[in-house]
This record gives sequence, structure tokens and C-alpha cells, in this order.
Amino acid sequence: MSATSVNWTLALPEIALALAGLVILVFGVLQREGKGIVSCTMLTVAAFIGCAALVVVSPDGVAYAGTFVNDGFARFMKILALLGGVVALVLTLSYRTNDRVPLPFETAVLILFSTLGALIMASSANLMTLFVGLELSSLSIYILCALERDDVTSSEAGLKYFVLGSLASGLLLYGMSLVYGYAGTMAYTGLIAAIQQAGALPSGLMVGLVFIMVGLSFKLSVVPFHMWTPDVYQGAPTPITAYMAGAPKFAAFALFLRVMSGPFGTMAPRWQILIEALSILSMVYGAFAAIPQTNIKRLMAYSSIGHMGYALMGLAAASTNGVRATLVYLAAYLVMNAGVFAVITAMRRKGREVTSLSDLAGLGRTDPGLAAALAIFMFSMVGAPPLAGFFGKLMVFAAAWQSGLYVLVVIGAVSSVVGAYYYLRVVKVMYFDAASEALDRPARSLLFVSGSMGLATVFFILALGPLMAMARQAALALGG
Amino acid sequence: MTPAIAPVGLGPYLVVSAALLVLGVLGIFLNRKNIIIILMSMELILLAANLNFVAFSSAHADLSGQVMVLFVLTIAAAEAAIGLAIVTVYFRNRGSIQVEDVTMMKG
Repeated sequence: MSATSVNWTLALPEIALALAGLVILVFGVLQREGKGIVSCTMLTVAAFIGCAALVVVSPDGVAYAGTFVNDGFARFMKILALLGGVVALVLTLSYRTNDRVPLPFETAVLILFSTLGALIMASSANLMTLFVGLELSSLSIYILCALERDDVTSSEAGLKYFVLGSLASGLLLYGMSLVYGYAGTMAYTGLIAAIQQAGALPSGLMVGLVFIMVGLSFKLSVVPFHMWTPDVYQGAPTPITAYMAGAPKFAAFALFLRVMSGPFGTMAPRWQILIEALSILSMVYGAFAAIPQTNIKRLMAYSSIGHMGYALMGLAAASTNGVRATLVYLAAYLVMNAGVFAVITAMRRKGREVTSLSDLAGLGRTDPGLAAALAIFMFSMVGAPPLAGFFGKLMVFAAAWQSGLYVLVVIGAVSSVVGAYYYLRVVKVMYFDAASEALDRPARSLLFVSGSMGLATVFFILALGPLMAMARQAALALGG
Repeated sequence: MTPAIAPVGLGPYLVVSAALLVLGVLGIFLNRKNIIIILMSMELILLAANLNFVAFSSAHADLSGQVMVLFVLTIAAAEAAIGLAIVTVYFRNRGSIQVEDVTMMKG
């Protein structure tokens, strides 16, 4: 198998998904106005499940003249991204805007194309693939944010995300051009060779690397590149926020892990300190800035900033164990985050969406099931054993400790105690505050998502063995 | 036959592209007026990177840089189209595209 062979079967999941996207788009156009969303969403969910099956059976190897790679790591991240996409799609099913109209059918198609971009990112073996995948994913999300066309906050969210996101892409691209200039190639294998040959690292390469890190940090919303996150999370339609907090984050992490431990792996001592700083800032900022928040979507934005900080801890460890810890952390984050957003999507009163924290008051009495689910997710976010979040945190802390990053671990532990305050405040509001008017009965699809994610959070420990084995294989594929 | 003008080295290209990048970034952050100017600044940043790619591609005698430029041009066109669409939707709702008015949500 030479490096120049096309080998297109490796990209079969992506090709199938792209074709499915085109078919669903045509199908949606042929439906009557405003009627296509349910059937299109169902078709997209089916496409995602089919694509996940193809991903599972796809072989290892390099395709398209060394620009596309498929390995255990790519498969792991693709499955995570597809799962995140499926959950977000199910949340769009019952979603109604404040004018009581469903989202347009393009929502499903755009989520499909954005997830396709995420899959391509996970499989990138060349800076070119990286950029094209990243833009496919980002451009779709810009539109998704501004989807509620008559709502000023939604279009403002889209505008803000577009401006800051394209700035990030531009900086990333500039960094890539510098790296290309100093290495003479964009393939990861070529970059590894070029960096090993160069005795003293040229400063242009370092500058390029920092630009690339800045661009990826924007997409991950880690401090100090987080300023778009709270506004965009608050303004975008809730299922879209749920999507943004899932699949694109996993894809950006896939890139971060692949680029840092692949081409720039030998430069680890140089970038480790930067990743550490990003991680510390995100954890601390996520914990403290969330305290005064009263809007639950904004609260979740700060929460996701903090979680990305914890997940970066595994990357800062710069070891196989660290990568494995990050992967397990992301899997745990996927289930609890999807669950929280299912509950937030269910927060409606007389058909109108309510997002204030005080709207949850007394939920423990008016809807015990939903309240119990949200309480489970909140305890899991804090990191209380034996819930999903606990194992994620435990593993990243252990990996960072093994790599001798004691300061990082201590700061992480302290900020997770601070974070416990605002997570548990949600629980307190639900169970101990005077009841406000009851919320509407949630749609069955939302109950299904919050229930299944709740079970997954509680019984995460049962899946932990196989999950850790898979994450280990993925981490080894990346290192070797 | 020697060319009448000495060939331009890599340096000047890099300086011009760095200047374009700085102009683009400053255009986004210092601009307090109009969102359209932000869109133009973004194009400048992408073109700065493109100039780098072409210059390096020629210096390394490696075609992949020029292939990349074609991809970037396509993506930049898509990005501009989406950006203008979002600005249009925003203008319909808000009646203004002044940067100072993008403050419905704090932050």
C-alpha cells in the first residue's frame, strides 16, 4: 500500500454520510413548507447510525495520498461525534420556537454536514484535511446559530460566533502557512521528519504552532479565547447549543490531540507549559465566572469552559495515559452534557421557553422525574462518585499527577470544589426553593434522552472497563 | 540573458503578508463602526495566509501550497456568503449593523 494510493474505502463512512446529506436535502425540499423537520431528522438519525456502523468496521490505513488516516483514535472520536449529533437531533424533534413553529428541516441537514466536518477532522493526516474539515464543521454551525431568523438573540449569536470563529480560522490558517513554510510540507508524517531533522527549532515554526494552538483553542472555547461562548450558548436555539457543546468540541479535541502528539510530539516540552496555562485558566475561570449567572444556558457555557480545561489536563500530561484520560473524560462529558441540555430543552411554560435558574424552583415537587435526572447530571458534573463525571476527573487528575504536574492537579481539585457551589445551587433551587408555576409536560423524545443519559451517567461504571480499553487502543494508535 | 530587475526573494512576500495579517486583525478589533468592515478584514487575514502559501510553495518548489490556496479561496467565498446572510438576518431583526449595537446579550 503506497502512500500515493487513493484507497477510498477508508473514507467510506464520510462518503456515505455526504451522499446521505445530499439525498436528505433534496427530500426535505420536496416536502411541504414547515413539514419536513420530523422526517428529515429521522432520516439523519438513521444516516448517523449507519455511518457509525461503517466507522466501526472501517479498516486502518492511510488514504488519498497521505491526507486521510483511519486508526483507532479516529474511530473513537468519530463515534463520540456521531453520538453527540444523534442526541442533538433528537432534541430538535420536539423543539418549538417562541412562535410555536418547529425549526426548518435544514437544521437536520446542517447538523449532518457539521458532523461530517467533525469526522473529517478526526481523520486528518494533513493540514489541508484539517482546515477543510474544520471549516465544513464551523460554517454549518454559524448558520445553525442564526437559525431562528425572527429572533434577535439568535441572529446576534450567529453574528458573534461567525465573526470570532472566522477570525480564529484565519489565525489558524496563517499558522499553518508558517508551519508549511518552515517544514516544506503539510503532511503530518513529513512534519514529524522535518522537526526531527532540524536541530534548533526555527522561530517561525514556533510562531506557527502558537497560531495553530490559538485557532484550535477558540473552537474549544478555552480561556482566554472563550469570550464568544456565553453569548452564543445563550442566544442559539437550545438544541443547537446542545449540539455545539458536543460534537464540534470532540472534533476540536481530536485535532488538538492528533496535531500535538503527532507532528509536534517531539516539541512537547515547549508546548506543554502553554497547554497547562490554558487548562488552569479555563478551570479557574469556568468555576468563578459561573457563580453570578442566573441563566441556565449561560451557566452551562461557563461549565463547558471549565470542562474543556479539565479535559486539556490530559493533553498537558503529554503521555499515552493522558490521552486515554482525555478520551474517557470526553465520553463522560458527552453523556452528562447531553442530559442537561435535554432537561433545559424541556423547560417550557405555556409553550414559551424559560431559561432562568429561578424557573426551576420547586421542580422537585412538580416534576420529580425530571428534577432527579437534572440532579444526577449536576452531581456528575461536580465529580461525585460513582457517577460518570467522577471517573473522567479521576483519570485526568491521575494522568497529570503521573506526569509530575502537581500544581495543575491541585488547582484542578480546588476549582472543582468551587464549581460544586454553582452546580449544587441548581439542585438546591429545584428541591428547597418555594415552588413556582409548574413547567409544561416535556415531550416524550426529551424524556427519552434525559432518562437514557441519566441511566448512562449512573451506570457509567459498568461500561468503564471496555471504554478504557477502547480509549487505550485509541491513545496507542495516536502515539505509535 | 539576465533579467533587468533582480528577482524578489521570499522576505518581501512574508513582510507584506504579515502586514496584511496585522491590518486584518486590527480592522476587527479597532473597528467600532460597521460589521461589513469586519467581513473585509477577515478576507484580508485569509489572503495574508494565501500569500504566504504561494510564496512558500514557490520557494520550496512544492505544489501542495498552491493546492491549499485553491481550497482556501473556495472556503473564503463560502464564508463571505454565509457572513453576509447572517448580517442580513441580523439587520432585519435589529435595524442596524453598527458594531456598538451588537449588545442584546451582555458580554
